[in-house]
Parts: sequence; structure tokens; C-alpha cells
Amino acid sequence: MPIEYGGGIIQEHQTVRTRVGMFDVSHMGEFIVSGEGAAEFLDDLVTNKPSDLLEGQVLYTPMCYPDGGTVDDLLVYRLESQKFLLVVNAGNLDKDWEWISRHGHGRANVDLKNLSAEIGLIALQGPQAAALLQTLTPVNLRDLPYYHATRGRVGDADVLISRTGYTGEDGFELYLKAGDAVEVWERLASLGARPVGLGARDTLRLEARLPLYDHELTAEISPLEAGLGAFIKWGKDHFVGKEALAAQKAAGLTRRLVGLEVTGGIARAGYSVYPRDGGKSVGVVTSGTKSPTLDKAIALALVDPVWAKVGMELAVEVRGRTIPAIVVKTPFYRRPAQADN
Amino acid sequence: MRFPEDLKYTEDHEWLSPAGRVGITDYAQDALGDVVFVELPEVGAVVKAGDAVGVIESVKSVSDLYSPASGKVAKVNEQLRDQPELINQDPFGKGWVFELEGAEPGPVLSPEEYQTKVESE
Repeated sequence: MPIEYGGGIIQEHQTVRTRVGMFDVSHMGEFIVSGEGAAEFLDDLVTNKPSDLLEGQVLYTPMCYPDGGTVDDLLVYRLESQKFLLVVNAGNLDKDWEWISRHGHGRANVDLKNLSAEIGLIALQGPQAAALLQTLTPVNLRDLPYYHATRGRVGDADVLISRTGYTGEDGFELYLKAGDAVEVWERLASLGARPVGLGARDTLRLEARLPLYDHELTAEISPLEAGLGAFIKWGKDHFVGKEALAAQKAAGLTRRLVGLEVTGGIARAGYSVYPRDGGKSVGVVTSGTKSPTLDKAIALALVDPVWAKVGMELAVEVRGRTIPAIVVKTPFYRRPAQADN
Repeated sequence: MRFPEDLKYTEDHEWLSPAGRVGITDYAQDALGDVVFVELPEVGAVVKAGDAVGVIESVKSVSDLYSPASGKVAKVNEQLRDQPELINQDPFGKGWVFELEGAEPGPVLSPEEYQTKVESE
């Protein structure tokens, strides 16, 4: 996947915010977990609760180490009662497969398959995504709510159509045989979907405050610190990392992910955060960019909870000088309410 | 890709005009992509050829701006503070970055030499 397709990152970003863009994210990893023990196994493996999913439903979940650090964040699809699809980050594919295989090893009635090399994935995103895709599929997309998926044809290809995405816009992720991907991509392009690269993928997800592994989540950052507590189901008897996360919660967090608006420069990942009035560092930037939609420099940072409240006046050290930053509500961008289509 | 004849060029993709004006090349702005922030040198600063005197940030990267010549910073392009995209739109014109007084060029390339260099990159 290229950084951009030639028109510039900002133009590609605006295409997704205002019309419809498409991303070739075939590099993502796909695993199938099936068998009578699949639901229970996944409940043990991730922090959210896949056993609660109905067939055709999707959830987002962190997956943790025993110490509460994050292995990865992923989507879990319940394809059938005893068959789940896990979609993991490309950069973590090998590590995740090893981790999941190790946990699944010796478990009765759990079958694991790594289909990453066989599955292509196209994300079609933007306010016009549904109208465009509808012209290529008999599936009634009005009946496919957010975080649901269904099988259906797109053009001549057999596709798992998922109403999910990583941009903050309405849209779809289309899982298909790798060999069908080029044809579907070209059909979508012929109908006006513009290709969008990694650069805009990052600015879009950041405006929508969607975490990126290796930035907001790492082996050293827990989902609680990253503000993903809603995706931890404490009611489960057990899951990997539960004790450590519960202890972290009980003791109180030592850092918390916040949104920053920055003036006079751009805060990039790794830059230190200070109180505006000086003093010791109170945090670090995890991601930062110039927001094309807001035309402001925005960042996510892990900071001492004392400094995490909206309106707190902070500063970011940029190449030896400090520039002002203020804690703001996130997401930085929320798509306008629109008639359901 | 443009390589105006009246300018000198550096290995780091800056240009220098006979009047001491400095900017980045068409090739550089294209490689950087959308420029979203420019950190300008201080007016009055005395700089040496090869010094990092400013920073150009695009959506995807942060790049140092090196002075192609020694001299004193006489002017900076204040318009870039609000319109950094001028660098993309008009790198040899409205997208100039700063101007040196008494510019003494460091190692520079002719338009032909610079064009040969970027075409081999």
C-alpha cells in the first residue's frame, strides 16, 4: 500500500470525508477460529466478549498479555455459531498467530486457520460509499447496520461485506479471495471510488481518535491507559490480562490518553509533553499530525492523569523549543449526522 | 519537473537565487508531499552554508532546511506561516523561504548538474 496515489495526502483525505475513497488493506491478517470451544476460547483470549456476538455481528477488542500490555487490537466476526473471523494488524500478524496458536494449543474443540495469504481486503469509505456499493451488490445495504457483516456478491465476486472502517466515516470493508481483489477494485474505481494511501489512512484515523498499534497501543501500554476500557468485559471469569488490568484500575492509572490541539508547530510521536508553566515532563505524544479537516495541528498523548482534563494548558517540546498545546475533547472529528442509508 | 536556469542548487534540494533568496526545489516539494508547516529561520541570524536553519513539515515527514550559502538572514517569507502550501504550489516563486544578505554560496550545482542528480535518484 503506497503512502499516497499521487494527488497528495490532503486531497485523498478530503475524498474520504466528502465523497468515497478506497484502501487496499489486503496486508491485514485474517484467522479463522472454529469449533465447539471457539467462543469460550476467544472469551479467554481477548478483553471483549465474542461469545455475546450474534451471527453476522462484529466487535472491536484489545488482546492483552498477562501483564496488561497490549498484544494487538483486532476485529472479531461471528460468521457462524461456532466459526469466528479475527482480523489483525499486518505488523503483528506473525506475533499474533504465534500467540493465538500457543493459547489454542491442546484446547479441545478449537481449530485455528491462518488465511492471511488467501484473503484480499478493500476498505470503501466515505459518505457516498453505501450508494456506490449498492450499485454492485444485491445485498440491501440499508439492512446492514454498523458493525455487522454479511456474505454477498459484489460484481462477480463472493464477498464478506462488513460495515466497518478505520476513518470515522460510514463505509465498508470487503473481504474476498485475493484473486478477486483486482477486479472488484477496478469495478469500484470505474464507479468513482478514488484510491487512498497510508498517509491519509493515518490522518483519517487520527481525527477519529482510532488507535494505531505501536503508537497508542503497545506491549507497554494497556487498553485502560489508551482509553479503551469500554472494550474490557470485567464480568468474564477469566481472560488473559484480567488480574493485571484490574490491579491497574484499582491502583489508579498513572497515565491516560488525551487529545491535544497544538499551535505553532506539529507535535509528532515521541515528543515530550510539559505543563505550560514549565516543570518536569508529564507525558509523551503517541501520534500527531496536521488535521486536514480542522486545519489545526492535533495529537494524541499519554499524560499524567492530573493533566488529562479538557482545557488543561500544556506544551510540547518540538526540536528544542516548546509550543503551546491544550487538552481537547476527542474524537477531533465526528461525522455529521445523516439520514440512515 | 522544473529547473529554472537562473538558480543554483544544492545536494539537499534547496535553490539559491543571485539575490540570495532561498527555497526548496520542485523535486523536493513533490517528494515531501503536502507541506503543512514551515519553521522559518530568525531574521538577523548569521548562518553558515550547510547549517540546518529551518524545518519543512509535510503531512508525512519532517525535513531540515539547510542554508545553501553563508550570510545573514535578511528576510523570511512570513506568508508561509499561514500558507505553507505555497511551497507546493510555487516552489520557485511565492514559496520562497528566506533571503540572505551577503550570501557566500557553499557547494552548489548548476541547473544541469542538479537535474542529472535528481533524474538518477
